[in-house]
Amino acid sequence: MTAPLPHKDRPYRRQIDGIETTMIRPQRGLSLANLAELWRFRELALVMVERDIRVRYRQTVMGVSWAIAQPIVMMVVFSIVFGRLAKVPSEGFPYPVFVYAGLLPWLLFANAVSHASNALVAQSQLVSKIYFPRLLLPLSAVGVWLMDFVIAAFVLMALMLYYGTPFSLGLLLLAPLLAGVLLAALGVGVFFSALIVSYRDFRYVVPFVIQIWMFATPVIYPLAMIPTEWQWLMHLNPMAGFVDGFRAAFLGKPLNLGALAVAAFVAALMFLVGAVYFQRAERRFADVI
Amino acid sequence: MLSEEGRAKNWAIEATGLGKEYIVGGISAPDNFKDLLVHMASAPWRRWRQLRGEVSAGQRFWALNAIDLAVPAGQVLGVIGHNGAGKSTLLKVLSRITAPTTGAVLLRGRVASLLEVGTGFHPELSGRENIYLNGAVLGMRRKDIQQSFDEIVDFSGVERFIDTPVKRYSSGMHMRLAFAVAAHLRADIMLVDEVLAVGDHAFQQRCLGKMGDVARSGRTILFVSHNMNAVQSLCTRAVRIEDGAIVDDDVPRAVTARYLSCMSAGRVEAIWAEDEAPGDEAVRLLAVRLLGEPWHAGVYGSSAPPIVEMEVLVHHAEPDLCIGFDLVTANGQAVLRTHHSDVEIEHKPAVRPGINRLRCPLPKDLLNAGIYHVCPRISVHRRYWIVEDDAAVAFELLLDHGRSPLFGTRDIERPGAISPIIEWYGA
Repeated sequence: MTAPLPHKDRPYRRQIDGIETTMIRPQRGLSLANLAELWRFRELALVMVERDIRVRYRQTVMGVSWAIAQPIVMMVVFSIVFGRLAKVPSEGFPYPVFVYAGLLPWLLFANAVSHASNALVAQSQLVSKIYFPRLLLPLSAVGVWLMDFVIAAFVLMALMLYYGTPFSLGLLLLAPLLAGVLLAALGVGVFFSALIVSYRDFRYVVPFVIQIWMFATPVIYPLAMIPTEWQWLMHLNPMAGFVDGFRAAFLGKPLNLGALAVAAFVAALMFLVGAVYFQRAERRFADVI
Repeated sequence: MLSEEGRAKNWAIEATGLGKEYIVGGISAPDNFKDLLVHMASAPWRRWRQLRGEVSAGQRFWALNAIDLAVPAGQVLGVIGHNGAGKSTLLKVLSRITAPTTGAVLLRGRVASLLEVGTGFHPELSGRENIYLNGAVLGMRRKDIQQSFDEIVDFSGVERFIDTPVKRYSSGMHMRLAFAVAAHLRADIMLVDEVLAVGDHAFQQRCLGKMGDVARSGRTILFVSHNMNAVQSLCTRAVRIEDGAIVDDDVPRAVTARYLSCMSAGRVEAIWAEDEAPGDEAVRLLAVRLLGEPWHAGVYGSSAPPIVEMEVLVHHAEPDLCIGFDLVTANGQAVLRTHHSDVEIEHKPAVRPGINRLRCPLPKDLLNAGIYHVCPRISVHRRYWIVEDDAAVAFELLLDHGRSPLFGTRDIERPGAISPIIEWYGA
């Protein structure tokens, strides 16, 4: 029997004679077509982000205040333990401002990674009953933390006003820095989310990784505290560059552009690895989840 | 095979050589202490290989095997077959939830699939918010949902609670709202799994009516169902799937009749081993058998129809458990549905953890002559199905309850679904 269908390597969706046509084929290899699919489903992604935001503080007494509770409590604890007791230097800024400016991007990263990682298994119902590009789930899990980030950023500004730290033009750099943090977080989150579908062990690994990662990142201590000969190692951790960059942007200290470029490169690499692994694993999600 | 004719006929769904292979895990359990130790020691390694998908060929099986199926635009195709035959896998492959292992499908037109109602419902969100959320999950555009919003609310009948979180809804309300959204889904090709399954009868009828409207509007529908009545009334063609292959393809009446008779032909007792019995962790159906006084094997008189015994293993007794069956005629019409829980609570036979035998004496002097199939149905009332099998056992009924020589004899089937004797009186 000859194959009656147009020979095509991969599934596709296109218009033929004005009719939307879908081709289903066994999936092999990677395909850019998946990016187009992702774009087609953007409305669903927004709806999912909206759902997370709406649900987030339902039936809580404190409501949105929870978005700032986590960074504020951590700031207070760290200021006492590391600022007062351990006398960790803070590059000439009041320690609370110093640590809060680091916590802000770090908590975005940590929460985004942990929620993106669990996005697939937490919504296995959707994965096994509905078709959509699976990447949508870890991607949209990050949205709600972006909202928390914005709210928490206003607290930092209030903090800076209180301690009399001047605002600088560096604030304009927040957008690209934010993009970098998200890229790194999505890379890690997307990678783990695909891994957790098959190997639930990694659900318990992710919190560990995040905790250890925080100490490998200059959140509670300044990057300058690392001996110069070991600084290159820090650059392999994109969050080190970004956290330092965030402090520079908020507090107006000089930017280390070289370090930021390396961080951006490593973050992009992480995203690529995560996305490629995800695509390879994606085809068996519905069967094993 | 399909190409030239296919283009001319304007197929909506065109599948060729479609196959889906699954890897079934599991290894035989060790039966002595030494084997057990070895088994335990090698467990992580085995687990790793299993998770990686490296298993021997013996543990693979084809849920779909070289399916060729062409559905012309506008056809309403019913898909039947017993549980595990591959119907759901076919739907999942066609709706792109899982990728096929071999073959290809071409779908012409916008596709919507409905494998379940209420997928993505969030308990904390209100009915209104869930309509938008569920609509988007099913692939509806925001403006489409906005347009049919009032209609959806109206159809569901929950307008008073539309701003209440759905976690406070009764299961019936939850179902109705979910179905209302699904019923307003519009696409050229609709892939529908049995979603009308639970819910009260009136609502089921409304859903079937709605499905009928959609079917008549010229859309292509692939409808997987255990409801032979629905397949007959909605579909214009039916196929039967067994062991991953299409084994019958004809008008619905013929396919359903052949299916039912082959399912339970001459069987007066159906017994399942515990590990393959239909059901879930809480309840398993171990056997269905016909008791009573047959004239000869499987043949009863209408004045003494069989007693249907269902043997059920219960691990966890839900209070709303309904154990029963549909009595279906040879051509697939349901004559009645009965549950052990239909009577007043104090008269309901108790169902306790362990093996329960429940007996249902079919009503005397009521049923018409003909062949009947018993299709087991176990559910948690209005929430979900535990067992929904097609014919398990069958019997033939001969008419012998006439009290008058004018009523009819045992060789004759009277017109009508039932044949009660009604006492007339002169006015």
